Amino acid sequence: MLNVLWPIFIISSCIYSIFTGKVTKINDALFYSAKEAVNLCITFIGTITLWNGIMRIAMETSLTQKLKKCLHPILKYLFPEINKNEKINKEISMNMIANILGLGNAATPLGIKAMKSMQEINEKKDTLSNSMIMFILINTASLQIIPTSILAIRSSLGSQYPTKIIFPIWISSACALITVITITKILLKRRKH
Amino acid sequence: MKIIEYISGAIIPIAISIIIFYGLIEKKNVFDIFLIGAKEGIDIVIKMFPTLIGLFVAIGLLRISGILDIVVAMFFPIIKKFQIPEAIMPLILLRPISGSAATAVATEIMNTYGVDSFIGLITSTIIGATETTLYTITIYSSCIGAKKTRFVLLAALAGDFIGVFISILIWRNLS
Repeated sequence: MLNVLWPIFIISSCIYSIFTGKVTKINDALFYSAKEAVNLCITFIGTITLWNGIMRIAMETSLTQKLKKCLHPILKYLFPEINKNEKINKEISMNMIANILGLGNAATPLGIKAMKSMQEINEKKDTLSNSMIMFILINTASLQIIPTSILAIRSSLGSQYPTKIIFPIWISSACALITVITITKILLKRRKH
Repeated sequence: MKIIEYISGAIIPIAISIIIFYGLIEKKNVFDIFLIGAKEGIDIVIKMFPTLIGLFVAIGLLRISGILDIVVAMFFPIIKKFQIPEAIMPLILLRPISGSAATAVATEIMNTYGVDSFIGLITSTIIGATETTLYTITIYSSCIGAKKTRFVLLAALAGDFIGVFISILIWRNLS
């Protein structure tokens, strides 16, 4: 996707600005944006390193076991078709826990594992099964206890209250998640009849 | 307002204490484990760095050249209908496609309007509450070679839309 968008962004901006006489501004923007990205990354190093360390501790304790137990009834409701498959259940819950803890980089490989296991019991191999649809959609609307990267961005920009947005983020993403689950449940039920 | 600030502020200290406390109870070498995780954290940022530079520059150019304004103007009917603040439209358009592009655009918006302004708060909430939808769908369906994705995209975008809508609603009522 970015292999298409990125060149379009850059070439169209350059050509357009040459025709509208903004060449000096474009030069400034090039260097300013690069500098800005460095600034943000420096803040990111602090926040993400700290948070990844803390969450690693959470992963090593029995907290994840407890979370898994809490997730169990939810999984039963969301994925009725894989109820008895312990392996898939475990992989899905690990992916969800990684997402909730904000370990996005750990969540994706776990999610891919879960998808591959679900493919084994999928009847039509070229089509996503019901459980896969639910799984992908939950990943596109996942809840996160601490939205680390936005906190890093906010503090790098000198916000007075970087954490002010945590609670509103919980509410908005819970609404998005509920929407996605409801739509999926309704559409899947309708196709069955 | 004050309550939300207070709850939001208390979440991180509470989470950190619970996690470390659990580690202590279970007699883990908490600091050693922390260091292992922290090292991974540095790797994540270093891997992210080239993408961020590339997209920050691209978004910066789009904005300065005025192309971003032209694109946003094309969505004016939608903006008006749902009362979306014009300033966050670029974010809404890029958010489902690329996480780094969304980060770049969000940083630009917050730099222009102020992090703690109405627009800045909405921008932060949207970034935190939504995901890189298209990217997620592509990765998960291509890893098993599934071509028919049924209604996934539609449902995911509906979820994003609700996330954006509620974010705007919250700050409209709070500030």
